Amino acid sequence: MTGNYLLMNPSGFPILSATIFLPLVGGIILLFLKNDRAIKITALITGIITFLISLILFSNFNPDTKLFQFGENIPWIPLYKINYILGIDGITIFLILLTTILTPICVLCSWTAIKERVKEFMFCMLVMETAMVGVFCSLDFILFYIFWEAMLIPMYLLIAIWGGPRKDYASIKFFIYTLFGSVFLLVAIIAIYLVTGTFSIPDAMFRGYSANFQHWVFLAFAIAFAIKVPMFPFHTWLPAAHTEAPTAGSVFLASVLLKMGAYGFLRFCLPITPAASVYFAPWMIALSVIAIIYGGFVCLAQTDMKKLIAYSSVAHMGFVTLGIFSFTLFGFEGALLQMLNHGVTTGALFLCVGIIYERTHSREIYDNAGLGKITPVYVGFLGLFCISAFAFPGTNNFVGEIYVLIGTFMDSRVAGFTAVIGAVLAAAYMLRLLKQIVWGREDKRTITDMNAREVIYLAPLVLFVIWVGLFPRPYMSVMERSLANLLDQMRPFIQ
Amino acid sequence: MILILPELTVLLFSVFFLFFSLGDRKRNPAAWAGPLSLIILITSLLTLSNSGALFSGAYRVDLFSQIFKAMLSLGFCLVLFMMGRRNEIEENYGAEYFMFLGFSILGLMMLTSSVELISMVISLEISSYSLYIIVPLRKGSTRVQIEASIKYLFFGAVASGIMLYGMGYLYGIAHSTFLADIIKVIPSYINQPVGIIAVVFTLTGFFFKLSLFPFHFWAPDVYEGASNTTTTFIATIPKIAAVALLVRIVMLTLPGGQQFINILIVLAAFSMTFGNLVGLVQRDVKRLLAYSGIAHAGYVMLGVLSLVGDGNAAAIYYIAVYLIMNLACFYVVILLSRNNDNPKIDDLAGLAKRSPLLAFLLAAAAFSLAGIPPTGGFTGKLFLLMSAFKAGHINIVVIAAVNTVISIFYYLNLVRISYSRPASTEAGEIMLTFQEKALCFIFIGLILYTGLLPFGLLEIFKGML
Repeated sequence: MTGNYLLMNPSGFPILSATIFLPLVGGIILLFLKNDRAIKITALITGIITFLISLILFSNFNPDTKLFQFGENIPWIPLYKINYILGIDGITIFLILLTTILTPICVLCSWTAIKERVKEFMFCMLVMETAMVGVFCSLDFILFYIFWEAMLIPMYLLIAIWGGPRKDYASIKFFIYTLFGSVFLLVAIIAIYLVTGTFSIPDAMFRGYSANFQHWVFLAFAIAFAIKVPMFPFHTWLPAAHTEAPTAGSVFLASVLLKMGAYGFLRFCLPITPAASVYFAPWMIALSVIAIIYGGFVCLAQTDMKKLIAYSSVAHMGFVTLGIFSFTLFGFEGALLQMLNHGVTTGALFLCVGIIYERTHSREIYDNAGLGKITPVYVGFLGLFCISAFAFPGTNNFVGEIYVLIGTFMDSRVAGFTAVIGAVLAAAYMLRLLKQIVWGREDKRTITDMNAREVIYLAPLVLFVIWVGLFPRPYMSVMERSLANLLDQMRPFIQ
Repeated sequence: MILILPELTVLLFSVFFLFFSLGDRKRNPAAWAGPLSLIILITSLLTLSNSGALFSGAYRVDLFSQIFKAMLSLGFCLVLFMMGRRNEIEENYGAEYFMFLGFSILGLMMLTSSVELISMVISLEISSYSLYIIVPLRKGSTRVQIEASIKYLFFGAVASGIMLYGMGYLYGIAHSTFLADIIKVIPSYINQPVGIIAVVFTLTGFFFKLSLFPFHFWAPDVYEGASNTTTTFIATIPKIAAVALLVRIVMLTLPGGQQFINILIVLAAFSMTFGNLVGLVQRDVKRLLAYSGIAHAGYVMLGVLSLVGDGNAAAIYYIAVYLIMNLACFYVVILLSRNNDNPKIDDLAGLAKRSPLLAFLLAAAAFSLAGIPPTGGFTGKLFLLMSAFKAGHINIVVIAAVNTVISIFYYLNLVRISYSRPASTEAGEIMLTFQEKALCFIFIGLILYTGLLPFGLLEIFKGML
């Protein structure tokens, strides 16, 4: 069965398992250390080694095949035909790289911000990394589901222990909201298993299920993924969780966890229930456009930097789902690129908020206004990420949004025009934030500028922003083959 | 003799404490209980492969019964080690307490081997009466524990009465008290009222032990009134034997009657929903666990009512996992309680600071009870949902899924309070001995093991059916 879709690793070394479980091993080693400094260094080294392994993965990645690569397939619970299947394709390779590079960055950004229970914090971060990479690598429903759910526990603890003043409310809301979606995902998974007799994800794709079955399964999937993305009107957990989480938690949430919802749409909804995806596409497009406009207007009214960025995530993720449900190659590529862009840019913005919060202990825009003369380096970084966030030409988001908009216009002009309005709104709220922070008021505060550690962990993100903005072709060529293959197989279902 | 070796060992255990109680009252019997229970566990593991019939076929020793006996003695062993130094029984009754616990286990072990109605009743009552006696044996007599034991006694008696009534019908239908004879006749009656009443009423005695709706009324009060260690025993071990007998009796009805299944579905749905909804408002940890137990009785029924080998294996797997995760929760309760009182939910505040290990154990157990991977609770629940779905009962699958979300509120509340509330000022650090720490790690290990590597146990359970 597996030969059809899985390209085994020629060297035989289980490199995907290594990427997934190395952070966990590092986390377990941490538990035996006593010294906070040693713990941080171990976490950082684990993160960096994992990133290097994922770079090896990337350099050996073959963009010319539509199969899943670096495959591993071991029986796990034979009685129910549950297997340990791993494999990656052009859709997941960048998401894995995004996760592995953000982990050491998050360790660095928590270096001084986290003062108590450092050991537990770093352990949670590394367990998170294991679960996040695992989600992107799993090709077995149950394996996927275990990683998907297991992620909730460390994320919950990150918010509930190290969070802001309303951490109690935010963490429980996050947990229950996500779990609510996930149980429907589980029911849908079991339903598919009973029809196909397998838990293998690629085996369940394009099987020509009855229309009725597809509709129910799509809706069950869509609830789970729409909550995770989050799409309007399931977004209310997001501002609370983002605002209250510690910086590293916000970065993980925004950069990786939200991507899982969009990834779910690409990997599950479209291939497994293609007819239903086409059937429900107008609704999904409508919800995406509402999210873009609504997110934009809500951002205009925010005074809290973190909240503003959180709501801007709702709008940005609207572009991603818009691209996915336009069913064009431009739309798909734009959506996937936008997922990475949002991960980098929004992650970087949260890091910037974290940097200034450590100094002024406030996230209010007014409290942090007028930093232009006091902390020029910081404002430089912030400015770059802000203009990137509203898709200024020459930055990464511009490329992604253009692709999505082209795809959308090919599909529906109304949706395209409304989305453009949303893009203009993004410029309005981001420039407003930037103006306030740079010039807002004049006084003689003494705030130290960014130190070397902070520059180091923002630098790779700056590099990505500019590189993708100016020369996106290498990225596109890697993801193109898998997405084109998906679209080809979708073709018969699109009128 | 060799066939009933585990039972004989348990009997010797009880007799040992009977003689102990005649001796010097000042000696502490607790030190003996743990090691002796290990012998029971070893004996039952050594006799796993025994098979044979005794007492003209009324008592069958097979893989099914032996595995349940091993599970019962494992649970018993864990409970006795959990008591450790924190036993909250009146010193004067220490030896008798262990004697009656032993008798209770004996009854449950006999129950798993009984394949005849009269021996079932006798085994069940041996187990129940011992428990009726030990419920009020808590230090410092208050009305609560007397009320608990009276309630337990009366509800138990009523449930036994209904069970006997149902067995009367079974005898009337089959003219025999042997399950082997009943199984030949029952399928043709299972779609008639008399067959349904006979089977459902017979099951009542086991529903009571499992605290399934509507036979759950005793649970919260008994959990609250009995000492923490007694509750630990009552909340876990009798339920294992109850599932064994439910599986045995429900198998009688194959090929299943739809109405009979519908009754089980309704009971399961009410049990889950009622248990979880009432669980939301509890302030006492033990009462909360009682309602959680009612909800879990409903989940287990998912496997029983699917009437297939996979489903029953799933039910047995789930109850095994439930044993572990529930014991883990109660271990936190036992270690947390000061002066042997019942810990309230607010007493959990700051647990993560007072004892990180205990907080982690509680979190693992609570997430497992809620069914979050990678814990055993998730894997067990997955198997249950799959078997019920496979049998075509999608309605109960959806109800169970929604119930998972409801239940997460109060399970997460346990974790939330122990991690994000600051401790009250007078609460100091909780010091754990080496043995207590080891037991905590064993529980955490078992919860993860049953979650990630379920295949071995599952194959065994499937093989024994």
